[in-house]
This record gives sequence, C-alpha cells and structure tokens, in this order.
Amino acid sequence: MKAAQWTPWLPWLAGALLLVLVPAFFTQGFVRLLFAECAIMIVFTLSYNLLLGASGMLSFGHAVYSGFGAYTTIHALNWIGRTHALVPVTALPLLGGCGGLIAGVVLGFISTRRSGTAFAMITLGLGELVGACWLMFPRFFGGEGGISGNRTVGGPLFGVPGWNLASDLQIDYVVGAWCFASIAAIRGLLGTPLGRIANAVRDNPERAEFVGYSARQVRWLMLIASSFFAGISGSLAALNFEIVSAENVGALRSGEVLLATFIGGIGYFHGPILGAVVFVFFAVALSQWTKAWQLYLGLFFVVLVLRAPGGLAAVIERAVAQVRDGSAWRRSRVLSAMGMAMVVALGGLIVLVEMTYQRTLEVAAGSVVRVFWMDIDTDRATSWALPSLFLVAGALAYDRVRRQDLAVRQPTPSTAAEVAAR
Amino acid sequence: MNAELALISALNGASYGLLLFMLSAGLTLIFSMMGVLNFAHASFYMLGAYCGYQISRWLGFWPGLVLAPLAVGACGAAVERYGLRSLHTRGPVAELLFTFGLSYVIVELVQVVWGRPPVPYRLPPELDGSLFSVYTVEFPRARAFVMLVAGLILGALALLLRYSRIGMIIQAALSHARTVETLGHDVPRIHMLVFGGGAALAGLAGAVGGALTVTEPNMGGAIGAILFVVVVVGGMGSLAGAFLASLAIGELDAFAKVIDRSPADLAAALGVPIDPASSLYGLWSLTLSQTAPVLPFLLLVVVLLVRPRGLLGKREDR
Repeated sequence: MKAAQWTPWLPWLAGALLLVLVPAFFTQGFVRLLFAECAIMIVFTLSYNLLLGASGMLSFGHAVYSGFGAYTTIHALNWIGRTHALVPVTALPLLGGCGGLIAGVVLGFISTRRSGTAFAMITLGLGELVGACWLMFPRFFGGEGGISGNRTVGGPLFGVPGWNLASDLQIDYVVGAWCFASIAAIRGLLGTPLGRIANAVRDNPERAEFVGYSARQVRWLMLIASSFFAGISGSLAALNFEIVSAENVGALRSGEVLLATFIGGIGYFHGPILGAVVFVFFAVALSQWTKAWQLYLGLFFVVLVLRAPGGLAAVIERAVAQVRDGSAWRRSRVLSAMGMAMVVALGGLIVLVEMTYQRTLEVAAGSVVRVFWMDIDTDRATSWALPSLFLVAGALAYDRVRRQDLAVRQPTPSTAAEVAAR
Repeated sequence: MNAELALISALNGASYGLLLFMLSAGLTLIFSMMGVLNFAHASFYMLGAYCGYQISRWLGFWPGLVLAPLAVGACGAAVERYGLRSLHTRGPVAELLFTFGLSYVIVELVQVVWGRPPVPYRLPPELDGSLFSVYTVEFPRARAFVMLVAGLILGALALLLRYSRIGMIIQAALSHARTVETLGHDVPRIHMLVFGGGAALAGLAGAVGGALTVTEPNMGGAIGAILFVVVVVGGMGSLAGAFLASLAIGELDAFAKVIDRSPADLAAALGVPIDPASSLYGLWSLTLSQTAPVLPFLLLVVVLLVRPRGLLGKREDR
C-alpha cells in the first residue's frame, strides 16, 4: 500500500490509541477525571453538529434527547436490578439511543415543520415543555433529587469475575468504546445520500425540493439520527455518573452543547470533537480556578461568533496554512503586536472581573483577592484604575494594529464565504 | 369558579399579558425590520430590573423607572452598533448565535456585579395594598399600575409609529429599506434606533416587572421562553399577532392558576370516576393549576400543528 492510502486512517488510528492508552496510563489525577466527560461530550457535540453543521438547524433544546436517553438507561438499570434480567449493561447505550430516537421522532415531527429562526424558537419551547414536565411526573423524572442507579447490577460481563463495571477503568473503556463507535457511525452517516442531501437542504432548500426531496422530511430524518446519538451520549453519562436529574434535560445543558459545538467549529467534522474537549476543560479545569468561568466561556463564544465564525478548527487550519506558506513569518511583527495587545487587554479584564467577583460573592473572605500571582486589595482605588487602564489601552492598541494590517493586506474573501464553501 | 374570581383573574391576566406585550412588541419590531430574533431580549428585561433596583437605591423608585429604560436602551443601541451590524451579511443564524452568546454573558455579568441571590427590589409603598375589591377578592394596586404603564407606553408608541415623521420612516424601512435609503435616510441608524428602543421597552418592562415579582439572574430565562412562544404563536413579525398572543397567554396563565380541578374530577362529576389504582391515574389527577407552567408550550405545539405560520403570520413554507 502506498502512504497516501494510509493517511485518511491515521486520525482514526491515533484516536483509537488515545482511547486505549489514556485510561491505562493516567490511573489517577486530572486527565483521568476528564476522560469520560470528554468522551460523553464528544458524542453529544457530534450529534448536535448533525443538526447545526450538516443540516443548518439551530436547536436550543438538544438536551431533551440526551436526557431521554439518560432516563431510559437509568430506568433500565433499575429494572435489571429488580428482575435480574439477562441484559448486558454495556449494551444499554443502544437502548438509551433508542429512547432519544423516540423522543426525536415525536418532537421532531412538530419542530421540523419549520426551519431557520422559527425552528430554533420551537426547539426552545419544546425544551422548556419537557424541562417543566419533571415537576408534573415525578415518578419518571425522579422529582428534585433525580433518579440514581447502580451500573454493577448486571453482574460480570461474559462471566469473567471482576468485569462488572465497578472500577473507573472499566467504565472509562466502555465509554471510550461507545464514543469511538459513535464517531465512526456519525462519520459514515455524513457520507450517505441522506447526509449529502441534508447539506443540500442546508444550503438551498428550494433547489433540494425541486430535485425531488422533501426538505421537511430530510430535516426530520436528520433530527431523528441526531437524537439517537444524543441518546447514546446521555446514556453514557447515566452509566458514568449513576444519577440522572432534571438538569440533564434542562435549557442550560442545551445551551452548553451549542456553545461547545460552535467553539470547536461547525464547518469541520473534527470541530465538535475539539469543542467538546475545550468545553470540558473550561467546565472542569477553569471552574476550579475561578467561579466566573461561565462568563469567560460566554465572552470567548461571542468573540468567536464575531471574529472567527469557523470556530477553533478554522483558526488552527488558517494558522497552519500561514505557517506553511511562510506568510506567518512575514507578518510576525503584526501578529506578535496583536498578541501582545490581546494579552494586555485580557489581563486587565480578568483582574477586573475577579475583583468585582470578590466584592459581591466573596465579601466574607475579605477585600483581598488573589489573581494570577498577585494579591490585590479591592478597597484601593489604584487597584481598579490599573487593570482598567490595561484593558482600554490593550483594546485600543489591538484595534489600531488590526486596522493598519487590514489596510496593508489585500482584501481577502470574507470568512463567512470561506465557511459556506466547505 | 365564581364571577368575581373570574373578573379578577381576567384583570390579572390582562396585566401579565400587557407586560408580555411590552416585551414582545420590541422583539417583533426588531425581527420584522432586521430579520434578527433577539435572543438576548429577555436579558435586557432582567438588566432593566437590576438597573431599576440600583437607581432606586440611589435616587428612588420613580427616577429609576425613567432612567433604567434609558440605560438599557443605550446598551441595546451599543450592541447593535458594535456587534450585530457587522454580522448582518452573515445571515440569521450568526445573528441568533451572537444574541444567544450575549444573553449568556449578560446573565453572568449581572451575577458578577449583583450576586446570585435575588435583590430586594420593591414597588414604592404608595403602590401597596389593593385598588378595589369585588366582594372578597382584591385587585392589587401594583397590577393596575403595570397595566397603566404598559397601556400608556404602548399607546404612545402606536401614536409615534403612526403619526410622527420618524415613525413613518421606521414603517417605510420595514418594507422598503432600499427605497428609504435612496431617499437619503440612514437605514443602519434606524436599525440602531429600533434595536435600542426595543431594548428600552424591555428595560421598562423589567423595571416594573422586577419590582412586582422577584429580581434575580434567572428571571430573564423564565420569561424569555414564554416570549418566544408569544412571537411564534402570534405569527413571526406580526405586531397585532404578538398582541393577541400576549393577551391569550396572560389570560391562560391567570385562569389556569386559579382552577384547581383535574380531568379525574371532571370524570367524577360526569359520573364515570377513574379508579385511583389505574396506571395513568397520576396523569389524570393533575390539576390545571399544576400544569400552568407548561400550558404556553402546549399552546405552541397545538398552534404549530394546526396553523404552522401562527395566528396572524404571513405564509412562510421554508
């Protein structure tokens, strides 16, 4: 075989190796903590991108489907515990996927009647509808405390003693395997005629209708497929955490998957994977360091929407291209000036936010806050003036450099067109 | 249910409906002019409540009622000028994403500045107590005040849109933006004005609604979803439809909250009682007041199934 035939399979090989090696080598600590959460989020964002990226459907209620998958799984677990049925727990994500799929068939029938902005609003309404139901049906949703289960009820797998999912390592491998299978299945789905027609419906629904496809039906089918994978993701979460509560179907979770997917880049297959990892980093790592992590995440998202609609995947691709053709070296002065201005402004902003937070939420802890390596007294006026100065000066400098750079460079095709071309 | 309770409920519903219309009017106007469904509209509502609270602590409630909408309106205009305008060429999804991110950021910023628990924002004492009572049921003064403010502002807005010069230009820009531009009017500036105006309306609704109910960071999320129901049910881009849907949802909410009956009660009254041991008894014994939070969303589902374009919306198949 020639090398060229191998290259498309390299990312898959690397991914599989990563999924096998990471749980084995990082037996404790930070990476281990994040592994299962990353894998679950990856399936979730990829399923979401079947809607947003592949079909152009912006949904504000995607957590409903993963939530249904999660509830199906936790009820199935408890059922297995009661009846000792011979159902392998490792196969439950398939059942969870079907739970999500059924929700997708029913709710999708309503929401896919419209597209674009109206679709977005309807998914929000349906999400609220399901999210508000948990008060009315406490038996299914478990009321305030949610429903907990026990993933070891199925007994040992294949009769091998100890293979009962009790250890973190085993659940990590189960989650990883399902994650890998889902990634492959979603990739395959995007290559099928349905996936291609979904792209056509996204780009030009009228023309797709003239060719003979019902745009509504395509949207519905894509939503059903997407809800199946979302169900798998919810199911994996249920197995991993062994508890499901109303938060799992709520609007907050729906918003998170949108943020994560867009941050990664909706125009690329690997974008949502990247976004999921970055999101989990924000949610788990940054949240240990600062309570304002959601503010930083939101600001990051807004900046990306304004400046880099292709997400991180597009930013990385452009950077790699610029390094390759050498333009990065030629523009190194401009780029480093922009980077420095950005760091100055960002530093000022972070210090200001942390100081304000100290004064409102941590009043009891005194007036001194530790940001980076500095202890700052929020009672002194100078400790407010300096970061404000940094913020303003950095922002102005960045704007100035950017304007000069734009004036020098040839007008490039707008980023929106670039994204649409993919 | 007796007649006086029905009357009071109708008034309560109208008061809530008018408050909703103060929000949905701005949202609809912005949508029909710019094609942007402002996801952050409910966040402006929340921002209005917090601004009202802050100003009421410095200057008192009444100055806050005037200044808070102005401050929120200025925020809205800035958002349009420095954020949305550059996204206009990239289509509705990018704009929706931007306003979604903005709503996220505004909630977080409010939490950073004012904290997570509710703030003690109240109506002034002269609005406490009841305005009148029908037999035993009282109608609170505060609700009447909400109706008065909403009625006055919306009336003034209707007059402004219909008879003033700027109102006519706005109306013309709704349908014939290019022509208006050719005539020498600055259409982007009109967009900024309308966006700011809509935000100011939302801010006013917040300054009133926050004092009437609770001022907390999540207050926008709760009303935001209902707001979008109003806009979709009324027909996207239709002011009259938004008005009808606002009042309908206001009344629906007010009446559902006071009817403490369930389908099981109804069946019992008809002589066919449902066995409490049957499997679906939990569903049948839900009272209407328990289902009140989901009724607007059920209405949304029904309207979409029966009439996908909404009550007064234009036909739109795509």
